[in-house]
Amino acid sequence: MTWVFLLSGIFLGWSLGANDGANIFGTAVGTRMVRFRTAAWVAAAFVVIGAVAGAHGTTKTLGRLGAIDAPAGAFVVALAAGLAVVLFLARNSLPVSISQSIVGAIVGWNLFTGRPTDLVTLTTLLSSWVASPALSGAVAALLFVAARAAIPRLKIHLLEVDVWMRTGLIAVGAFAAFSLGQNAIANVMGVFVRVSPFPEAVRLGPFRATSVEMLFFLGGLAIAAGIVTYSERIMRRLGSGLTSLSPLGALIVVFAASTSLFLFGSAALQDFLVAHALPGWPLVPVSGSQAVVGAILGISLVRRSGIRYRLLVNIAIGWVAAPLAALIFTVVGLFVFQNVFQLPVKGAPRVVGTSLPASR
Amino acid sequence: MALLFRRTRALEAQIDELLNAISEGTLVFQLGIADYLQKDEERFQQHLKAIAAFESKADSLRREIETRLYRESLIPDHRGDVLGLLENIDNVIDEAKKTLHQFAVERPDVPPDLTADFLDLSKAGVDAAQHLVSAVRAFFRDITAVPDHIHKVYFYEKEADRLADRLKRKIFTRDIDLAHKIHLRYFCLHVETLSDRAENVADRLAIYTIKRTI
Repeated sequence: MTWVFLLSGIFLGWSLGANDGANIFGTAVGTRMVRFRTAAWVAAAFVVIGAVAGAHGTTKTLGRLGAIDAPAGAFVVALAAGLAVVLFLARNSLPVSISQSIVGAIVGWNLFTGRPTDLVTLTTLLSSWVASPALSGAVAALLFVAARAAIPRLKIHLLEVDVWMRTGLIAVGAFAAFSLGQNAIANVMGVFVRVSPFPEAVRLGPFRATSVEMLFFLGGLAIAAGIVTYSERIMRRLGSGLTSLSPLGALIVVFAASTSLFLFGSAALQDFLVAHALPGWPLVPVSGSQAVVGAILGISLVRRSGIRYRLLVNIAIGWVAAPLAALIFTVVGLFVFQNVFQLPVKGAPRVVGTSLPASR
Repeated sequence: MALLFRRTRALEAQIDELLNAISEGTLVFQLGIADYLQKDEERFQQHLKAIAAFESKADSLRREIETRLYRESLIPDHRGDVLGLLENIDNVIDEAKKTLHQFAVERPDVPPDLTADFLDLSKAGVDAAQHLVSAVRAFFRDITAVPDHIHKVYFYEKEADRLADRLKRKIFTRDIDLAHKIHLRYFCLHVETLSDRAENVADRLAIYTIKRTI
């Protein structure tokens, strides 16, 4: 039965891949700098690596917000978060994010089941929503100024700049996909960590995979499937219509946005900083779309090409609307599952795969 | 890394070759005019053949570059500008060849005291074309240097206008029949057109340069 419940997480991963895959390579494919097939497979490969390799930090943060301990509860939470974005909000062209709807859904589960919501974690999550686009905007603005000053001085032939740009778009796209996998896997599979149907550990030749790693691998594959099967249309629309970015602008936007995702998602970097007595920051799943919008606004500020304040307003609406919609969907869904299908949505925890390293 | 740039370097070489053909072609134009005015028929015929060869080479290189730019989907955001630039700079050597050919066909009778004026006019046009070629090279390799060359194109175009005006006044104050005057003015206009063509391309190039730097 738990396997069936996992389907909502897979659906969530697939829709995240379709949307956020477009953020990674949208402008590159839309402007025909990179072929869709190349973009899709590079993104798919690196998103899986990111999901499995360094993804525990953001999952732990979501786990602190709400420890969902029943498969049916996890199913409803993941489904509500996905539906809030896919069915309700994305249709109104708001840059909403699963990173935000999942928070609303978890708080909804806490409210319905009477479990306490960790306010410190909630505050951390909310502040990161503002910090992430602001950070990517600042990074993009700085990089844009530096690139605009440096590139003409390098005196590289226009055609060679083109080759560098294509190579850079693929390399930065790979980094962005890795960061996305690392940061967003918590949204997709985080709620299933305590109810994972996978065995505690599996040994495959020289490789040893824990239950959580297998769960994240599955989630990574779901995101990759979303990128390969459904992101092409969104990519073409992004590249040709929504933004009027040059390939250099696209390169900077994707790099700045993925830097933000990476910083908020990398447990390894966090460990390194803490080990060297440097200030760390919370590991939080943040929105790729909003990081991209932040980066575009950063470049607009530097170019003085005018800021579309509507974009900022839409982001702010998304901060409220996405979690609120997911919260309502979750409460309704949990009520239906508990009272109509007679399934437990909380309760006897099956503690599998919670053996996340204590230091993280 | 070399593999990555192999195709690009070949195309860069073709663009350089095209610009060389245009530059050398316009220099040959200047020599051809001088030969005609000095009545050195043998060298004039040699230069007539040479400019036709440069023009034909420039045409085929331009077509090849355009095809490769599209076939290999290179520089998607600047491709239209580059194609416009190459097609228009090709008009410069076309004009030079056409004018020299007209000298060969119509054999205008240029009085010896106007020879220096025709030479000065052709030199101003060729100087404008030479700086245009430098501006286009800079567009590909060193965008910051483009304005330095463009302003020289404009300078020589104005100089050509001034020289052409002076020459036409001299022609029409002479005591020769009207048909002869009109024939000489016609050649004055043709030699002057070279700098106008260069100015047209420089105007486009100025816009393309702004587009690339914002």
